[in-house]
Amino acid sequence: MPRDAAALSVGADETAEAIAAEAARRGIAIELVRNGSRGMLWLEPLVEVVSEAGRIAYGPVAADAVPGLFDAGFTSGGAHALAQGVTEDIRFLQRQQRLTFARVGITDPRSLEDYLAHEGYRGLTAALGRDPAEIVASVTASGLRGRGGAAFPAGIKWQTVLGAAAPQKYVVCNADEGDSGTFSDRMVMEGDPFVLIEGMTIAGIATGATRGYVYLRWEYPAARIALEAAIAAARAAGYLGDDILGSGRTFDLEVRMGAGAYICGEETALLESLEGKRGQVRFKPPLPALHGLFGKPTVINNVITLASVPLILDRGADYYARYGMGRSRGTLPIQLTGNIKHGGLVECAFGVTLRELLYDYGGGSLSGRPIRAVQVGGPLGAYLPESQFDLPLDYETFANAKAMVGHGGIVVFDDTVDMAAQARYAMEFCAEESCGKCTPCRIGSTRGVEVIDRLLAGGNGGGQEALLRDLCETMTYGSLCALGGLTPYPVLSALNHFPEDFVHAVHS
Amino acid sequence: MIGIIFKARFTMHSTGSQHATLTLAERAAVDAVCARLHRLPGALLPILHAVQESVGHVPKDAVPLIARALNLSLAEVHGVLSFYHYFRKQPCGKHVVHLCRAEACQAVGAVALEAHAKHSLGVDFHGTTADGLLTLEPVYCLGNCALGPSVMIDDKLEGRVSPQRFDRLIAATRARPIRPAWVL
Repeated sequence: MPRDAAALSVGADETAEAIAAEAARRGIAIELVRNGSRGMLWLEPLVEVVSEAGRIAYGPVAADAVPGLFDAGFTSGGAHALAQGVTEDIRFLQRQQRLTFARVGITDPRSLEDYLAHEGYRGLTAALGRDPAEIVASVTASGLRGRGGAAFPAGIKWQTVLGAAAPQKYVVCNADEGDSGTFSDRMVMEGDPFVLIEGMTIAGIATGATRGYVYLRWEYPAARIALEAAIAAARAAGYLGDDILGSGRTFDLEVRMGAGAYICGEETALLESLEGKRGQVRFKPPLPALHGLFGKPTVINNVITLASVPLILDRGADYYARYGMGRSRGTLPIQLTGNIKHGGLVECAFGVTLRELLYDYGGGSLSGRPIRAVQVGGPLGAYLPESQFDLPLDYETFANAKAMVGHGGIVVFDDTVDMAAQARYAMEFCAEESCGKCTPCRIGSTRGVEVIDRLLAGGNGGGQEALLRDLCETMTYGSLCALGGLTPYPVLSALNHFPEDFVHAVHS
Repeated sequence: MIGIIFKARFTMHSTGSQHATLTLAERAAVDAVCARLHRLPGALLPILHAVQESVGHVPKDAVPLIARALNLSLAEVHGVLSFYHYFRKQPCGKHVVHLCRAEACQAVGAVALEAHAKHSLGVDFHGTTADGLLTLEPVYCLGNCALGPSVMIDDKLEGRVSPQRFDRLIAATRARPIRPAWVL
């Protein structure tokens, strides 16, 4: 039974309690393990029963369905209306390539023994036997790019930190997963926290950093509990501390909580926040790799980036690099969200198309109405119409289409969506979350809301649209970071792909 | 040098009768947090979190105490406190309801849920119900985007929150005891 926050949000704790109580009442001995989620979120709470044929899935199991499941003999895999068959054979899971998510939903995230029994800490063991430069070379050769959204090659960042001479260096994990439509970081931290700890430890050993921080958003209290439990277990077993596995190498880390500022997902604002300041964006250069946390050389990577490293060290760079297309190597944990029938986590190689994701995996909209638009890459990502659903997920292909893959979140809207309202919301969000450092973002977003309001009110004819486009150009080229620089993506894509929503508003 | 003089003046100005609005228990809680955490590198956010965790919000009169513990100016502490949406400068209800306004929840009815929540609780965002039990806050993504609309009540995430389910959750919350951690 998952302990994942999404599963808990639809009653997993109540179901687990009902199962324990019903088993006790019937005198049936069971061992109840609270794993992470398999990522088939429409089936949550998903109960899996271990059998000789593999794990048998039942879902979604509300607490009041539990006595019926016992009547059907589900503890030995009995037939029931909620039975989904062997979990691994469920079509949604079967076709995925789970590398980073290999253990999520399978192991007990509180158990270091379970982690070790499922190939855990093999990457660190491999890293301890190599020179720092060799480790960095492996990460570079794997083609791994930053999964937080910017897609900067991880190995090049690490190389810069390795080459910097300093008495203290840091590894910072960006776990400020603020994009709407994303939760892959959360699922890893709750479902397999050791893999993140292992990835950060490898980053420390590769670059000479001895201290790590996970900057976690406050909205994820369950992830904090899971991470802190795992950190304590890793420390107690000698995987963190002054003498990691007897190697003489030092690395330790702690979790720090954010406080509800979207901008702190931007790496330099995050570093400011970790230093105890307002989360305002820094000018670059100097790069964080040279002048990062407390002015020291700092590796700063997203959760998924760091969690992908242990596998690369264990299986080799080639193993990872053989997945993907073009310059987008490896796999991407994609999140299918919003108005989607089968929402959840799909990890597969780059190159999968939106259409495959929306219909083959996602099963179409939740409402049953036609899908009209999808927003890919969070609140700063473009809205794409049906005509672009054949785009393969690939950083460069999306960039050429004036869209972005970002952190892999896909938000689905059916035909009831008002795209003018979505465009207005994008500006409103930017105004709410702007750090205030640069003028195009701070002032431009507020003016953007006003211009869209005037455009929709029909005032000043076509002049408002020209003004909006001009404002977007100023924000794109004049903003200090991606918040102001990319807010025009959702605004202009809504305007360009769905002009009828803006015209209709004018006439009505 | 000028900075030091200013800092000293602010600190001196801030001591004395201004702390009178903190209860003895609140004052003790703030002092304990500062004593425990002030040596951490980048201690300000952990301290603000811990104060809010124990008092329920960050009282205005805690700011000088925190500033002194960290050798910062009042402006620096106030600047950080006011930058982050999560930190509250005013007391809130006994329970906090965070309602997601982000796109994935919008796609499955969050706008209607927001209207229902405001109407049924009789408050706008940042408002507290007349009985002092519930504060409604907006939030931009709770990471439950495949099971929206989502709300978080205190630390508990809730998914697929229809207006009817919202009413049931609120009724259950009203019936629950308050968070024991708060100093009152």
